[in-house]
Amino acid sequence: MKTPFYSMLLVLLASVIGSVSAVFFKAGAARLHRQWSTLLLNWRLMVGVGIALVSSYFFVLAVRQGELTVLYPLVSLGYVWTLFWSRVFFQEPFTRRKFFGLGLILLGTAFLALGR
Amino acid sequence: MSTNSIVKGARPSFRFSQRQSIALVFGCTLFGAAAQILIKSGANGLFSSSPWAMFSNPFLVTGYSLYAVSTVMLVLALRDGQLSVLYPIISLTYVWVLLLSVVIFNERLNLFKILGVALIVLGVSFLGRKDGE
Repeated sequence: MKTPFYSMLLVLLASVIGSVSAVFFKAGAARLHRQWSTLLLNWRLMVGVGIALVSSYFFVLAVRQGELTVLYPLVSLGYVWTLFWSRVFFQEPFTRRKFFGLGLILLGTAFLALGR
Repeated sequence: MSTNSIVKGARPSFRFSQRQSIALVFGCTLFGAAAQILIKSGANGLFSSSPWAMFSNPFLVTGYSLYAVSTVMLVLALRDGQLSVLYPIISLTYVWVLLLSVVIFNERLNLFKILGVALIVLGVSFLGRKDGE
């Protein structure tokens, strides 16, 4: 079974959307206290769950056609967007090590595209 | 950064040792990989691309439930464990999914796929390390 390129694009889309949900989870987690209400009435966490559901919708569409050996590793592209959002929203610094790790992930992704 | 600065006023009622955190993350990779196999099985059998078809698919529902369990295990492990130790273990999920896809879905491996996953595992391992570590 071959993996269509649009399946790869759908995983890419799912990874972008998924990384946005992580921002809301992180922001919501920062507002958790001992009271259960801070978990259950936490609109940031609810938005995070909603966005994660949208992301998983596109992921399922993606893996309908194509090989999991190619498509699943592409999920790691999420780390690329997360690094960017972490800097924008949480002022986490870029470091040389992070760039190196991301470079390896992108290179691995390119190899998977070649091996599909 | 301490956990308390993120979750103000919260004091965890229990802590995991480093070894327990490693075991948790390892378990998380197994659950995560099993979830992906179920999700793929569910997706293969979908007759339509509507969200409702997905919500009513037992494979997808089971797969995403397992995924939720693995995420909770990961969060607990990350709370108490060292990131530089746990991240390389997390990326084992990619290895399990690769092997399981071959065994269960008869997918073929080639040099590009193996190198691609190896690079991703290495890259994710690097992300967990601090500069100068």
